[in-house]
Amino acid sequence: MKRLSLSLRAATLALACGALAACTTTGGGQSAAARSGPIVGEDGRQPYSSSYRAYPGRPTALVGATVYDGAGRRIDNGTVLLRDGKIVAVGDASLSTAGYDRVDGTGKFVTPGIIDIHSHLGNYPTPSVDAHADGNEATDPTTPAVWAEHSVWPQDPGFTRALANGGITALQILPGSANLFGGRSVTLKNVPGRTVQEMKFPGAPHGLKMACGENPKRVYGSRGRIPSTRMGNMAVNRQTWLDAREYANGDRKKRNLANETLAGVLDGEILVHNHCYRADEMALVLDMAKEMGYKVTAFHHAVEAYKIGDLLRENGVCSAIWADWYGFKMESYDGIPENAALLRQADACVVIHSDDENGIQRLNQEAAKAQAAGRRMGIDILDAEVIGWITLNAARAMGIAEMTGSLEAGKMADVVLWNGNPLSVYSRPEKVWIDGALMFDAVTNRRPVSDFELGQPGQGDVK
Amino acid sequence: MMRHLLAGTAALLALATPLAAQDVAITNATLATGDASDPVQGATVVIRGGQVVAAGPGVAVPAGMQAIDGTGRWVTPGLFSAMTTLGLSDVEGVQDSNDERAPRSPFSAALDVQTALNPASESVSVVRAAGITRASVVTRPASSIFGGQGAVVDLGADPRMVVRPRAFQLVTLGEQGGAIAGGSRASAHALLRNALREAREYGRDPALTGGGQARAVDTGDDIPLDPRLVDTQSARRDDVLLTRFDAAALGPVVSGRQPLYVMVERAADIRQVLALRQEFPALRLVLVGASEGWLAAEDIARAGVPVIADPLDNLPARFEQLGATQSNVGRMARAGVKVAIGNMTGGTGDQPRNMAQYAGNLVSLARVPGGEGLSWGQAFAAISSVPAEIAGFANRYGVLRPGAAGDVVIWDGDPLEVGSTPLAVYIDGVEQPRDNHQTRLRERYRDLDTADQPKAYDF
Repeated sequence: MKRLSLSLRAATLALACGALAACTTTGGGQSAAARSGPIVGEDGRQPYSSSYRAYPGRPTALVGATVYDGAGRRIDNGTVLLRDGKIVAVGDASLSTAGYDRVDGTGKFVTPGIIDIHSHLGNYPTPSVDAHADGNEATDPTTPAVWAEHSVWPQDPGFTRALANGGITALQILPGSANLFGGRSVTLKNVPGRTVQEMKFPGAPHGLKMACGENPKRVYGSRGRIPSTRMGNMAVNRQTWLDAREYANGDRKKRNLANETLAGVLDGEILVHNHCYRADEMALVLDMAKEMGYKVTAFHHAVEAYKIGDLLRENGVCSAIWADWYGFKMESYDGIPENAALLRQADACVVIHSDDENGIQRLNQEAAKAQAAGRRMGIDILDAEVIGWITLNAARAMGIAEMTGSLEAGKMADVVLWNGNPLSVYSRPEKVWIDGALMFDAVTNRRPVSDFELGQPGQGDVK
Repeated sequence: MMRHLLAGTAALLALATPLAAQDVAITNATLATGDASDPVQGATVVIRGGQVVAAGPGVAVPAGMQAIDGTGRWVTPGLFSAMTTLGLSDVEGVQDSNDERAPRSPFSAALDVQTALNPASESVSVVRAAGITRASVVTRPASSIFGGQGAVVDLGADPRMVVRPRAFQLVTLGEQGGAIAGGSRASAHALLRNALREAREYGRDPALTGGGQARAVDTGDDIPLDPRLVDTQSARRDDVLLTRFDAAALGPVVSGRQPLYVMVERAADIRQVLALRQEFPALRLVLVGASEGWLAAEDIARAGVPVIADPLDNLPARFEQLGATQSNVGRMARAGVKVAIGNMTGGTGDQPRNMAQYAGNLVSLARVPGGEGLSWGQAFAAISSVPAEIAGFANRYGVLRPGAAGDVVIWDGDPLEVGSTPLAVYIDGVEQPRDNHQTRLRERYRDLDTADQPKAYDF
């Protein structure tokens, strides 16, 4: 419902800050963006950079559980060792646990922390009141200047539900899809912070949210301006890229927020996450990317991706999809539950995403539904691989796979202990560690409560 | 290719010709009867003449009857999806195809959903394949606090969708009702009470000629009350707000012949709804939503009012849902409230197809320390017998017992588990087709081979 409601909301938004130029700061800075480096402010530092720090944790050994490592491996009666915020080792029962607190996982399951590549927690937080609708700068079809992190409300109670019910340890917050160029995304650790900087995933690249299809043409067409058609969408996209190339090929001395984002994409430092439903439109975007010299990292929603699995494989593009959403808008009419399995059959990259503050609480179940739909048509995909759809594949498409997304020595100790098989409806997270710190424990009721919920009915409830 | 062609032809024939009820027995299956009991193994279900004639362990297959080996399968009643919009739109976001609400209609309570239903809708065929055989359908309030008269339907692949027209009336209060009514809950309540009174008067005097004499009522020590603000038998109302159609539609609500479904979330709002019966004692109330029902569970139970709840809502999406928790259903059930899972619509997360998954989540919640969920039997009942009972079809739908409708689903596993799916669906004893637009797309794109001809020729 989120997609539809967001887009409808975008269509009726008041023009709060007028033309794009009035909302952005241009020029003034002496320090030009380096061609292949981060933006640096007057103080010589990267602005808005992460101030996240891992919380303390104890050396912990998870023993006796079935381990899915996120990279396709299953270990029965496995051992996972965490220390100093990192995964030390993953193996069988022969691993020594001396010096570690042992957590008995007999009959339970261990996975990497679950990662949602598509969320609006914080920029469309609950309560879903107009005062909180900060996800679409729907005043201009091209707003690459805006950064989602400048809209994130860290007190969104949705973060806490995603942790406790979904085992979510990292998530990408994207601008909405009203605009062709929606702005920069931000990747967060799902650790409560007083500021968004305290939640930012250290070292995660920015993304650029783009959008195809119905939303941009409806939002702007209804105002009598371009784009009002799909061809209008493409024309605005292409001209924007041509202008960005001119900026990127110049000396880049005069700061320009929009062009800094687009140049970051052309440099390969900012990853393109493109909201797109229809197969034919995805194919056009792939051609546009070649014309303009950039790469699409992932198509989001991609309900017709199964029609072009070959093309997506050849172009190395991931499809971040729902398990079974369909028919809620025209361009989702051909959605089928076998989308993920058919993509897998074509050896194309699959990520299961939520785009929803409720769905993020059960990405594991959504992955299981997509797996089952495949099994019914004769495409058998192992549980251990399916877990990768909501862990390592998401991490890869978010550019953080070197740091998290799988249980491998040296990676961040982002780990979920489930009370049963995570691909069963009957299982829930029992404990969640982020960078080795125990951030959720169902047994001791260790859970975060946002400022907003303090003193409200059910504060600290299981929810 | 040929296989697909044949399958398609068979399905087309199935849709074009009337389907006949089959006499059939399913043997040696795991049986969930829908009555909140635990599943039993090695059971047999017998359907004859469109009805269930026996269900349980130790049931013999009548001589000569076709028997289906249910070994390793589950057999259950068809699921009942309460408060849906099935058959009311082709694509929600395409307004031309969408009859779920009527924001510019001059009518309100008179809207009768049955005139808008399309049994051939894609959403109907998709949920039928998911084992949902019956539903209550509503049009959502938009131009008025009233949504109109909902119906109970079956989801069979035939032209006769409506089982009971005008099965209930729907009204929204709380934040949405307040907004529609002019900006406050007080206005919504005034509108509702006025409408019910006008309907009662209309029932007595269809001409509604008006002209009653207003007499001042002095309550003693305060400002005299205008008689039109109190409900006296003598006062006539001149301030008629309802159209005659709408007043007539509300007649059965006031008299208690037709249930009134009330969309409401906040605990305080729930109590206000329960209090309506002081003024209108015949009202047969059903609460819809009730996110904070657990905070008023004792009151709801005492009033004997059933609830149709969104089971997994656990965020303060609106201020009237600050107390939302997945434990809501479990806590209300423990307090003795009759609770059905429902209110699932559309094609996104809350689509009716996911009803069983949501019920399964309440079972998993029962395993979380401090969480209150449901037992497996209770959870399954919440998507079968309980919603059927609330809709007025106790012992008829959502259960497998002698005399119940032959709505039977054979599953490849535990129906609440996310990996399970129906292998056969019967409605009134008629085996239903399970193919649809989605299954055709699946078969067309089973491979991506376009070497010999375009995909468009593969159907």
